[in-house]
Amino acid sequence: MSEPILGGMARTAADRAEPLLRPGNTNCGGCGMSIALQMLSRAIAQRPVQIVIPACCGIVTAGPYPFSAYGAPIVASTFAAAAAVATGLARAAKLNGEETRVLCFAGDGGTYDIGIATLSAAAERNEDVLYVCYDNEIYGNTGGQRSSATPLGAATTTTPHGKHVAKKDMLGLMAAHRLPYAASASLAHPEDLMRKFRRALDASGFRFLHVLAPCPTGWKSEPADGIRLIRLAVESGLYPVVEIVDGHDATINVEPTFSTDALRAFIESQGRFTKSDVPIEDVRRAIDRSWEHLRARALTGAPAIPTE
Amino acid sequence: MSRILISANHASAAAAVLAARANRRGRGFVSGVYPITPQTECIERLCEEEIEKGAVVRVESEHSAMAVCIGAALSGARTFTASSSNGLAYMAENVFAAGYYRLPIVMMAVNRTLGPPWNIWVDHGDTLMLRDSGWIQLYCEDNQEVHDSILFAYRVAEDAQVLLPVMVCQDAFVLSHTMMMTDIPDQEAVDAFLPPLVLPHRVSDRARVVGGLDFPHQTEMHRKQHIEAMKRVEPAYARAQDEFERCFGRRPADPVVPYRMEDADLVLVSMGTTASTARLAVDAARERGIRAGALRVRMFRPLPEGLLRAHLAGRRRVAVIDRDVCPGLGGILWGEIRGLADPDATVQNYLVGLGGGDIRPSHLAGILEDLAARSDAAEPVFLEAGE
Repeated sequence: MSEPILGGMARTAADRAEPLLRPGNTNCGGCGMSIALQMLSRAIAQRPVQIVIPACCGIVTAGPYPFSAYGAPIVASTFAAAAAVATGLARAAKLNGEETRVLCFAGDGGTYDIGIATLSAAAERNEDVLYVCYDNEIYGNTGGQRSSATPLGAATTTTPHGKHVAKKDMLGLMAAHRLPYAASASLAHPEDLMRKFRRALDASGFRFLHVLAPCPTGWKSEPADGIRLIRLAVESGLYPVVEIVDGHDATINVEPTFSTDALRAFIESQGRFTKSDVPIEDVRRAIDRSWEHLRARALTGAPAIPTE
Repeated sequence: MSRILISANHASAAAAVLAARANRRGRGFVSGVYPITPQTECIERLCEEEIEKGAVVRVESEHSAMAVCIGAALSGARTFTASSSNGLAYMAENVFAAGYYRLPIVMMAVNRTLGPPWNIWVDHGDTLMLRDSGWIQLYCEDNQEVHDSILFAYRVAEDAQVLLPVMVCQDAFVLSHTMMMTDIPDQEAVDAFLPPLVLPHRVSDRARVVGGLDFPHQTEMHRKQHIEAMKRVEPAYARAQDEFERCFGRRPADPVVPYRMEDADLVLVSMGTTASTARLAVDAARERGIRAGALRVRMFRPLPEGLLRAHLAGRRRVAVIDRDVCPGLGGILWGEIRGLADPDATVQNYLVGLGGGDIRPSHLAGILEDLAARSDAAEPVFLEAGE
């Protein structure tokens, strides 16, 4: 298992003068979105940015008018509209010769569900926008309802006996748009994640990053356990860590062990799976099927970080 | 200046392009566009034009068309879109957002019947559904007015005292696809009329949230500011009329347009092209010695309450003609006008031409006759004009 090496992550003079997410924000303890923002903050460093956040936990944490927990200009958009509002900002920036990087920072509800038409259209137009989805696999802001990112077996307030259909393959959908760059990143593998954030920020055209974000409130897990859970998700094959360039060159960045023990530990560490009537064997088979698809389009002999 | 034979759709696109180019000295122009009958020719024309420092984004829905305008306007660009009917219904969430963000976006709306069942002809119910969205609404009577109102709308919307979006409404097919001789001004004149947009709350590099969370007392403050901005529209409108006349040599109509009202006992109140037919009906009635007059409500939001009260003062009988319906109430225009006439006046509602049925002079003559015979208002009269 490759442990995160903090040496490359230490604060440097190149960091932002103030963090992207300031102290005093209202996120829950152990929120994966908070960690993603801290990493994004370091990756952004001195780049000028404008960030569109649709209705989600990410905008609630900004706090009420006139305060802002964000150390960057933020547009709070309507739920489904983030990618289109970002389009407008990016087009205006380009017309005026500005180097501003325009980002969307949206949850899974705003990405997988209500915002998908807008997102798909902005991707098809190859707008100069970096879209980051922090995926907590739930409508967290409304108290924990299922989204199409909720995994097989997870109980939510609208799937009280566990979800009986699998999570949508969002990265595959985005890659099918032949994006210049699409990647999933693991909070438990910060060097890989940081490299992807920086690459995505430097690239132009439409870029999509997916970050699995532990939600102790929704996952009914220990706040301090988030990074371990993500590592287990990667190790078990539940969360593939890959990057896809131009829609076809897929690289598996972290090679899982496909350990059933890891899968069991992931499931048993979270209250959301206790009511599930989906047997672990079914989850295992679903993982295997998704990896068959992934291997079929992955580059052979690609460098990957072994999980053990 | 050129004088050409064009449809109202093309006249509105021509105006949008002139306004777009005029902001080349500012932060440019961005438009999000999506087709819907009977507006499509407007955005097609926009897509044919080369606009210096401009971009037209072909999006996947009306919701996104408005969202692109919102993003670009927040960055200080001049913006334009067009829509109609169910497109406006689909866009509605972001129409409200544009109002609440206080962005000077201009939208051309072709009034078309909401479906299902599907009907592409004129009905004012679509834009009236958005009357509470915090936008200024202008309703036009001919192609020249549509063209001029787009230019005029930018001047009012971008007035530092206003900063509100404007919807310029026109009747489906009656105007949208009908060719009329239209004066199109030169770019230099438009440049003089429309200085570069300056948006005080533009998003640049300051760390702040636009459109974030409000507690009740902050929402109350924001709504009060919006109400105050609406109160400043009429003076800004008058300033824009003066400036328009100075730049183009013609004066846009007032928010309420009276016709032969001096001694009128019977008044026909309407919006859009119905007002043209109302003038014919008034003239015909006057020839028979009936003292009829007409009022056209050109600006529906903010409702020019003072002007309407002044015009309606002392009138005994008022017919409000609605090409729209609020099921469970009656006509939407009537709902607003009836409180502005004298308390003892008879303000009778007539629902005519719903779904695009032709409103003919004979219908309005019949309404004048019916109104003259009334001593009290009854429930709305539903006239079936469709054949």
